[in-house]
Amino acid sequence: MKAQNVTREIMTGNEAVATGVKLARVKFISAYPITPQTAIVEKLAEMVSNNKINARFIEVESEHSAMASTMTSEMTGIRSFTASSSHGVLYMHEMLHWVAGSRLPVLMAVVNRAIGPPWNIWADQTDSITQRDTGWMQVYCESNQEAMDSILLGYKVAENKNVMLPIMSMQDAFTLSHTSEPVIIRDESDAYDYIGDLNLPFSIDLKNPLGYGSLMPPDGPFMELKKDMRDSMYRAIEVVKEETKKFNEKFNADFPGLIENFMMEDADYALITMGSMSSTGKYTVRKLREKGMKVGLIRILFYRPFPAEEILKSIKGLKGLGVLDRSITFGQRGAVYEDVVTSLYNKTDIPIKNYVIGLGGRDIRVKDYEKMYEGLMEGEDSMEWINVGGK
Amino acid sequence: MVMTPTAYYPTTNIKTSSWRTSKPVIDYSKCTRCMICWKFCPDVAIDINENPDYEAPADRIKKMEAPFIDYDHCKGCGICANECPFDAIEMVREGEDK
Amino acid sequence: MPTSIPKQELMMSGHAACAGCGAVLAMRYVLKALGEKTVVSVPASCWAVIPGNYPAEVLKVPMVYTPFAATGASISGIREGLDIEGKEDYNVVGFAGDGGTADIGLQALSAAMERGHNVFYIMYDNEAYMNTGIQRSGSTPFGAWTTTTPIGKDRTFKKEKKKVVADIMMAQGVPYVATASVAFPEDLIRKVKNAKEIKGPKFIQILSPCPPGWYHNSEDTIKVSRLAVETRVFPLYEYMNGKFNLYKTNKFVPVEEYLKIQGRFAHLKEDEIKEIQNFVNERWEILLKKEGN
Repeated sequence: MKAQNVTREIMTGNEAVATGVKLARVKFISAYPITPQTAIVEKLAEMVSNNKINARFIEVESEHSAMASTMTSEMTGIRSFTASSSHGVLYMHEMLHWVAGSRLPVLMAVVNRAIGPPWNIWADQTDSITQRDTGWMQVYCESNQEAMDSILLGYKVAENKNVMLPIMSMQDAFTLSHTSEPVIIRDESDAYDYIGDLNLPFSIDLKNPLGYGSLMPPDGPFMELKKDMRDSMYRAIEVVKEETKKFNEKFNADFPGLIENFMMEDADYALITMGSMSSTGKYTVRKLREKGMKVGLIRILFYRPFPAEEILKSIKGLKGLGVLDRSITFGQRGAVYEDVVTSLYNKTDIPIKNYVIGLGGRDIRVKDYEKMYEGLMEGEDSMEWINVGGK
Repeated sequence: MVMTPTAYYPTTNIKTSSWRTSKPVIDYSKCTRCMICWKFCPDVAIDINENPDYEAPADRIKKMEAPFIDYDHCKGCGICANECPFDAIEMVREGEDK
Repeated sequence: MPTSIPKQELMMSGHAACAGCGAVLAMRYVLKALGEKTVVSVPASCWAVIPGNYPAEVLKVPMVYTPFAATGASISGIREGLDIEGKEDYNVVGFAGDGGTADIGLQALSAAMERGHNVFYIMYDNEAYMNTGIQRSGSTPFGAWTTTTPIGKDRTFKKEKKKVVADIMMAQGVPYVATASVAFPEDLIRKVKNAKEIKGPKFIQILSPCPPGWYHNSEDTIKVSRLAVETRVFPLYEYMNGKFNLYKTNKFVPVEEYLKIQGRFAHLKEDEIKEIQNFVNERWEILLKKEGN
């Protein structure tokens, strides 16, 4: 690791994302405003207008159009970016499938916000969790530093020739998007050295005129294409590991990669978390450890591809496991819980509990974590709502 | 490399002649080479013969390119016969010509 | 050759369009006018099917398929991407049907035009959702039968007037707006070439008859198109640099001439045909006045 002049700045999560976009040398930005994503695109528009980033910016009339124009500009071989949140992400659902199916390594920043009704602008991961089957990779950030770093790393993974899938990088509404933290600004020339230029092998070319997405009958390679997307998603697991290693070496950084294990070495009980709620969890772990309780925390960064092997390794020796879902699925348990249980099926016999928590920005408190850790000791595999109905 | 839903295979390789129930037949003794049939063909199935002597009935039009039907792709819509100002194209039912 | 139509064919034979399709003629002429430095984007529509099954392609230029509502945004992104790469001389064309333009794609179209991208938006207007089997669109004219405006006991043919998207584009201030017809390819090609001279958004609405949807004989596609213009049912105009130019028909041809060769209007009674004639006359007067101003 080489010595570097470290530049630190106090910035919000939204500013960190915009700075990441600048470092990634994005050339085209298309977006539609939605709270609490707006500050990302405002910042980028300002950068473009002051020639601080060599990119074009257009504000379109809807999220559907934001994703459609981001997709087609990427198709011309231009690294493209958009950002959205909540209902905006839902509104582009159709385009999310189209972008992934077109194998375009687009990156979108998502500020996780609740889905109405009723209207609610606060943190909740239902917006992006419900996009899990669109073929996009998903990374959930805990800090503004990760919000910036995941942009650089995200493009690098997405553009890998064996992956070629789009990626969304999540940060929780307000908790990260509008909260200032010190962030290390990655060196611009190192960043360029790390990420390079986009080289799309099937970009729009008059000399090689292609059809992009023409009608495919049942005997065409439709299933093969979908299978290849799924295979590529699994290949991305290794690519994330490799790229995380390279990233950390290049920038002397400590990006955790697929998951982060916190005080898991000798833990008896652990909770699985995603996003900014993990910080309160880690605080609680330290507090309970002082009382002699052997607890730990596993934080999922990459929800797609799902880090099944890594989680299996982490839970070895546990007596109880809990999975937190900051999103709501009706008629089944939480989405993250389902994925964890599926990944561990027949590989462990420890009870796994599901906690639904923090919907619509509901506070996630230390005492909630204490309750959840205590709940694990009951040895059940039930589902429980936390901090609901005054309890 | 991954699989992508991109492709290119020119449709000229695909024959659409079986769609047809009638086929246009040009009477070159009436054809004036105005190319209106070529102009209005939705199937791009009327080609231009660059040979100036092609089926030329009179010296008057000997210097002109002639239309001819690409029967591999003609779907027999009949626009050419309908639009020909000189009644030089006749629609003949498939199987009824010699 | 005694015709001004360019010889170059950028649309190939062997496509999957119905016999006598007006929409393929529209594409053929537009590409003849623009030449090979062109990128085309099509949404869900007949034109998503006409090129045939994967891997077949019918155009000699790149063809980007997008979801139904995405045409306006799709051409915006292609244009910006190409411009960033310095390929400013490429033509970028959105080619969408009337459902994809007047209905589900209107928002994205209007916004793309408002943002001022240097693009062509070609609406091939066959006056209903033809690819899905002749359902009513906002661009279906008064009086027409469609599968969702069946005649039945209550005579529920389409009771609402056609939404003319070109008029909306003019009202919005799009720098180039025109209507064109596959029966007048010289005029159509001239308009596309005129549009090419303008750096900015261009909108052209081309009436494109559909034999199975309009219930007319496939050989009558050009005849029907010509009658639409001659009866003033579909007036041809050009709006460029703030000037409005209406193509004046020589003689009066009653709308009945246009209606009677199409099965979709076969149920109309005398007073209903009169009503259509009145609509046509009123609109013609409005367009004449517009030209006078």
